[in-house]
Amino acid sequence: MADGGGPVTHMKSAALAPFFIASCVALGLIPLVVFAWQQGGVVLPDRHIWQVLRFTLLQAALSTLLSVIPAIFMARALVRQRFLGRGVLLALLAVPLSMPVIVAIFGITAVYGANGLFGGWLNLYGLTGILLAHVFFNLPLATRMLMLSLSNTPAESHRLAAQLNFTDWAIFKHVDWPALNPALPRVAALVFLLCASSFVIVLVFGGAQATTLEVAIYQSLRMDFDVTRALTLTLVQIALSILLLLAVAKVLLQIDQPSSLSVENQRYDGKTGIALFLDFGLLAILVLFVVPILMSVLMQGITHLQVSILILQATLSSFGLAALSSAIILPTAWALSKLQIQLPRFKGFVTAIGLTAYIVPPAVLATGWFLAFRQWDMGVWLAVVLIAVMNGLMALPFLMAVLAPGLEKAAAQNDQLCQALDVQGWNRFRLIDLPASRGPITQSILMAVVLSMGDLTAVTLVGAQGLLTLPSLLQQQMGHYQSDAAGGTALVLAALCLAATYVAQRLSRWT
Amino acid sequence: MDMISITNGCYDRDGFSLHIDFAVQRNTLTAVIGPSGAGKSTLMNIISGFDHLTNGAVVLNGVGHEKLLPPERPVSMVFQDNNSFAHMSARDNVGIGIAPNLNLSLGDWQRVDAALDVVGISHLSARKPGDMSGGERQRIALARVLVRNKPILLLDEAFAALGPALRKDMLLLVKRLQTERELTVLMVTHDPADAMLIADQIIFVGGGEVLKPQTTATFFTSKNGAVNDYLGNASPT
Repeated sequence: MADGGGPVTHMKSAALAPFFIASCVALGLIPLVVFAWQQGGVVLPDRHIWQVLRFTLLQAALSTLLSVIPAIFMARALVRQRFLGRGVLLALLAVPLSMPVIVAIFGITAVYGANGLFGGWLNLYGLTGILLAHVFFNLPLATRMLMLSLSNTPAESHRLAAQLNFTDWAIFKHVDWPALNPALPRVAALVFLLCASSFVIVLVFGGAQATTLEVAIYQSLRMDFDVTRALTLTLVQIALSILLLLAVAKVLLQIDQPSSLSVENQRYDGKTGIALFLDFGLLAILVLFVVPILMSVLMQGITHLQVSILILQATLSSFGLAALSSAIILPTAWALSKLQIQLPRFKGFVTAIGLTAYIVPPAVLATGWFLAFRQWDMGVWLAVVLIAVMNGLMALPFLMAVLAPGLEKAAAQNDQLCQALDVQGWNRFRLIDLPASRGPITQSILMAVVLSMGDLTAVTLVGAQGLLTLPSLLQQQMGHYQSDAAGGTALVLAALCLAATYVAQRLSRWT
Repeated sequence: MDMISITNGCYDRDGFSLHIDFAVQRNTLTAVIGPSGAGKSTLMNIISGFDHLTNGAVVLNGVGHEKLLPPERPVSMVFQDNNSFAHMSARDNVGIGIAPNLNLSLGDWQRVDAALDVVGISHLSARKPGDMSGGERQRIALARVLVRNKPILLLDEAFAALGPALRKDMLLLVKRLQTERELTVLMVTHDPADAMLIADQIIFVGGGEVLKPQTTATFFTSKNGAVNDYLGNASPT
């Protein structure tokens, strides 16, 4: 591969991507380290820091268990039962995956909060609220991922099981479990990582006793301005992230899942009374958990939607920010995906570069950047660029997951011919790679837009005064108990993100 | 006496229709031949209970079976691929044909071992399918057919993925088992040579219908237009 002129040129320009990311990290860490040094160095982890670490791991572990174990049986129920409204339920399950976190928090509060639909019998503030929100996002995610694995079983296995008169348990053991078994560590690892690095949910529902490393770092920096403590927390967080990534790297790197649920095998099981009772009971629980939250967002939004200048302004800012973020991160994601393909031996390392924002806490990056740029009075524009970069870094692994398989397929088809015809460099990009990968590229642009538009983490951390995005407007309205106005904002934000996701999914079949 | 019979059966689904009217006598080996997409696998699925006639009834061993589920029919079926569970040894894959919970008596395990011996893979009984060749994996399926002891065996292009020499071995094994165990075998194949090698008779599926069985000699000299179109110059005579 490296002996052709094309790939070498490609690799030279692709190497700029790791350089860009390393610069972002250096720009975040160096000013903080210097500042901490001036203040007397880092402190040793104390009891409170260990407590925060323990809570971070505990809430992530519980969230994973509560999401993944029910998902096994819900996925099985969805795969083997056919009923009116199944398609609608599957579509509803996809909604939380693209729903901005702050919108979900609004919905959860509207349903389970003190004045909520279910009469406030849960205290959302603390571990309960954190788990509820994490399960709201990750139960549907795990269910859909496990459904993909289950629908991957050969049709013959189900026919064989039917012919051999397998019991329900025997089908689970011999047909379903072998399909689930390789996928489970991957799904659990992904959910655990997402929950361990969750920021906005813990910021809203957590408290002094229920805080994670990410939020504790933010609080140390922004509330107490205790940089030395923040740096200690950061070192613990980085060590934890690296350990977690090393532990799960092998399972996370396997890209063997089909990306669509379109092919589903006919199954012959699940027709006994008890199987029907259990399956539909589980699905009823799933519906009762997810649908009221979605419905409350929809109903409150429809009832209270008013097109105000504020909403229009926030929508425009969100779009602008999302466009800038995509423009910054798409070339980076493209280059890293190329490196993943061209340097298969370093695939794990390149993937880890893509996960930078999940290894180095965004709160640390934001504060470091703030310290680095504080003497330059560039106002809101600098903040906008920094927010866009941070949004991009957080979206990077998801974009790479979409781009890399598409580029790999195009490379397998075109590499030899391009080398034979000496099509390389810009010509190859313009004439071959770009048209061949237009599906994944458009899909990843939309994905970057959705993730950036719904983001509250970067806006909160960088904290641009005068910049109002839809999520920050929603947070303000919720904070000021303007729940009617918040309903309208939540609906607009959710609708925009869902529409973009829908288009992106349609485009996944466009090659 | 007929072992498989469908009288005036009609299958009509998703714009695809097939008229089925044939009978096969017990203890015979019948090849099912026809172009791709003509309905050969559909016919197998209808007999095994994985699919159903729109009109008409499937009579197996003298009993109407249209309402019966696949395990309740006197049928074993071998597919082209995925006939075994990848996580289980060859021996367990055969044993599971006797009891889905694999709680087998000593006598049952002896039957399993004997079946593995008959199909020639007793030395591989501890191996998993992933560590075996395509032919060996199909032998697992045949061993399971033996322990299940059902009088009808359906082979749905079971050996299509094997090379010529191995396929011939497998076909001869099927013929031997059919004779020894007095099985009634329906074998879907694309290759007329397979039929010439072991079949007593041939059923042609094409042009929306399943023709009645003919002896191999009659089939290859058939004047039927659809049969001639299909065979072209592939007739082995």
